[in-house]
Amino acid sequence: MSYTPHTEGDKNQMLDAIGARGIEDLFRHIPEKFRSTAKIDLPDGISELAVQQRLAALAAKNAAANDWELYLGGGIYHHFIPSAVDAIISRSEFSTSYTPYQPEVSQGTLQVLFEYQTLICQLTGMEVSNAGVYDGASASAEAILMSRRIQPPTRRRVLVSRALHPQYRAVIATYLRNLTDLTLEEIAFDGSGATDLGHVKRQLNERTMCMLVGYPNFFGVIENLAPLHELCENAGAQLITATTEPLAFGVLKPPGAFSVDIAVGEGQSLGVPMALGGPGFGFFATQRKFMRNLPGRLVGETVDSEGRRGYVLTLATREQHIRREKATSNICTSQTLCTTAATVYMAFLGRSGMRRLAEVNVARAHETYRRLIEGEKLEGCFPAPFFNEFVVRGKHLDEIMRLCSERRIVPGIPLAKWYPELPDCLLVCVTEMNDREGIDRLVRAVSN
Amino acid sequence: MSEQSRTDPRPPNESSRLLFESGSRGRTAFSWPEKTPAVSDSIPQNYLRQDISDFPELGELELLRHFTRLSQCNYAIESHFYPLGSCTMKYNPKINEVVARYPGFSLIHPLAPPALNQGALELLYTLERMLGEICGMDDVSLQPSAGAQGELTGLMLIRAYLSAHGKPRKKIIVPDTAHGTNPASSTLCGYDVVQISSNEQGVIAAAAVADAMDDEVAALMITNPNTLGIFEKNIEAVADVVHGKGGLVYLDGANLNALMGIAKPGHMGVDVLHMNLHKTFSTPHGGGGPGAGPVAVKTLLRDFLPTPRIVKTANGYDLIEDMPASIGRVRSFFGNFGVLVRAYAYILSLGGDGLEETSRMALLNANYIRSKLERHYQLAYNEPCMHECVFNDRNQHKYGVSTLDIAKRLLDYGFHPPTIYFPLVVSGALMIEPTETETLQTLDQFIEAMIAIDRESRETPDLVKNAPHITAVRRLDEAKAARKPVLRWERPEEEA
Repeated sequence: MSYTPHTEGDKNQMLDAIGARGIEDLFRHIPEKFRSTAKIDLPDGISELAVQQRLAALAAKNAAANDWELYLGGGIYHHFIPSAVDAIISRSEFSTSYTPYQPEVSQGTLQVLFEYQTLICQLTGMEVSNAGVYDGASASAEAILMSRRIQPPTRRRVLVSRALHPQYRAVIATYLRNLTDLTLEEIAFDGSGATDLGHVKRQLNERTMCMLVGYPNFFGVIENLAPLHELCENAGAQLITATTEPLAFGVLKPPGAFSVDIAVGEGQSLGVPMALGGPGFGFFATQRKFMRNLPGRLVGETVDSEGRRGYVLTLATREQHIRREKATSNICTSQTLCTTAATVYMAFLGRSGMRRLAEVNVARAHETYRRLIEGEKLEGCFPAPFFNEFVVRGKHLDEIMRLCSERRIVPGIPLAKWYPELPDCLLVCVTEMNDREGIDRLVRAVSN
Repeated sequence: MSEQSRTDPRPPNESSRLLFESGSRGRTAFSWPEKTPAVSDSIPQNYLRQDISDFPELGELELLRHFTRLSQCNYAIESHFYPLGSCTMKYNPKINEVVARYPGFSLIHPLAPPALNQGALELLYTLERMLGEICGMDDVSLQPSAGAQGELTGLMLIRAYLSAHGKPRKKIIVPDTAHGTNPASSTLCGYDVVQISSNEQGVIAAAAVADAMDDEVAALMITNPNTLGIFEKNIEAVADVVHGKGGLVYLDGANLNALMGIAKPGHMGVDVLHMNLHKTFSTPHGGGGPGAGPVAVKTLLRDFLPTPRIVKTANGYDLIEDMPASIGRVRSFFGNFGVLVRAYAYILSLGGDGLEETSRMALLNANYIRSKLERHYQLAYNEPCMHECVFNDRNQHKYGVSTLDIAKRLLDYGFHPPTIYFPLVVSGALMIEPTETETLQTLDQFIEAMIAIDRESRETPDLVKNAPHITAVRRLDEAKAARKPVLRWERPEEEA
């Protein structure tokens, strides 16, 4: 295939205008030793049809959720996406525009992002939101860096719950490793599957900068934020929540209800397909007083020269293209088309739909949980309340996984890889995409 | 345009009506007919919220009109020529969108056992090798989400390597023509930034690097071609200076679209680089992402790459997490997989020969614009240009017309402006990157518009200074937005 429209006539006309004899003249100033070794050793191009066939063959080797029953969550969730969402984000006006640096011809993207920021505030109960970052994991790391900008240099201890998503903890460790003023400490979880409040209390002191917990956490458990917030506030530490499943806020009290300082998370759940875990987007919200410490883009309201309301990128003096080495973050290109999808999705579900869909998730997940532990093979692992995923324990997990796989079912995520202390445990997620018949098949496959 | 606003009968904010100002209490586009027990049967009441106050309540058609109307307020590649320098706004092929939506790619879960995602792992493994070949590098990680995260990852690799060989060192050298992300990423990686100046030819001289180079410098970050569109011809000598003092060379690959099949960064003494797949490899910008910023390294940095690594075994593709020297993860799962699928389809479509033609035509288009405009606009540097060219506003400034005015006036002509006021070393920079996918006719129309604006600057400067005149909104008050930021809608008090 070719995407260059030049005819031989075009090329000659352009070379004449330039005063060059051939295309090679345009890069003859590059040292010869580089030019003579630059040939790309890849096969020649192929037709559009052949590309479709090659990609379809690769796609067929994957266990897609339209063909398999997946009970997989752990940070990426299979949810129904209304047709309107892809119809809007497929519009080239949204998909093929650049970061809206020229507001007069970017009001579409800018207003969508302003609406997105508002929706995230409403959903999380927070006061301000940025326009999105890469993913929930890097958002968690950025939240800690933001706390570092807010808290005095005497507070540099970071507490992270062991019940936070293990990949989020891994990304935090990577981001913090080279910032030698920070120390990272892990807080245990208790027998209920929630962060161990006693351990938190013992670890908090006058040098603690912030505490980070999952809400719900990696085990699906709904952390009890009220006592956590009280402990942190009394110690002068900031409380940060990281959420992998924001649909939970359709029914759960949001982080803002507990006056957390920063609420971040992964937004994939809100209208973005799983796609092997990316692209989704990180949401990032905080209290108004911390607004100028936010990383990433912000869209603000203003007026044009004739007094009409409009939107612009604002507080850019925090950003890398202005502040360079003093910027609040290095983020430039982010995940705007995914936040656009989430905006359409949240508006589509709306006030009643977010709640309705969250209720369906609660109902199906809790029914599945009850039925799975009714059998003899599995038992519940954690007694704390959960939203749409939960942990079960059983001997012979490998055997269960194999039997299910033969029936094109993936029953969950074994936890032993990240939690050696939970060797026989499986994280099971049930959403509205797992229907009654599917759940029957899962229960049968696991019970046999 | 004031003429239009006088004839526009709608209230002033009608065209920017928000989701929250539309709809009606109780309206919804979503239904899920299924009886469910009360949530409080499953979750204790004190964990539950009652309502999401002020969340939108719209019907489906109402909602689609809202977003369709908003989309029509955007300029985009498929509607307008978009010559943003260093952003590589090329055509985003439709085939890539189609294949990325195949259920076998869009409906797969990252934590399913690797045996169930063999096609995806094969694609990623192959793409790593393709990108390595294009750049002349030995190994690639596809994990970083965008260019800036690629930079951070690359610097972390350098830091890990130097730490393993003694100490991490303290400083990164960054040229004054660099993207702002370069110094910002350096800080985030725990380094101090030392800025060096480019010379009168717009490139970095080995002597300038030698002056700044000592045994506390971890790396030099260099962009090639640089943001002036000029090939850094001294790059090999510069790399020798850095390597001679035990430092490493990082290449910002934002401008790789100029080099495919023309020169390989891996042959220039570069130890690590990132690519922007949303630039060179045609994946859509999406109004500001998602992109992808893979990192490519020479063998010396291989052991430090992010985990997991994808390996090919006798039983298919598998993941290796146990890499003791690795910097660890920089993001969750496998990076922006959907973007990687698009880039893979693009490379398959064009092949090695097509990629080479891509860069050659990108150079031809940029040089054509340069040759046609240099009589009207002053070139920042009179050096051979690669895929982009940079002018300044000196010729127009004597009539009181600035680069910002020229940019805004271009909107009236139906063109997205070039990148402006960047690189910072050029006062009033206009940085034009046409890309290879534009026709001669489009370039001529743009050139005519630029020449017309030059004429207007002399004859009717106020027309230019008050532009744009025919866009949906006119110049927006950015100072007001920053002075008292309004970052969200809130219900007016009289309605609350």
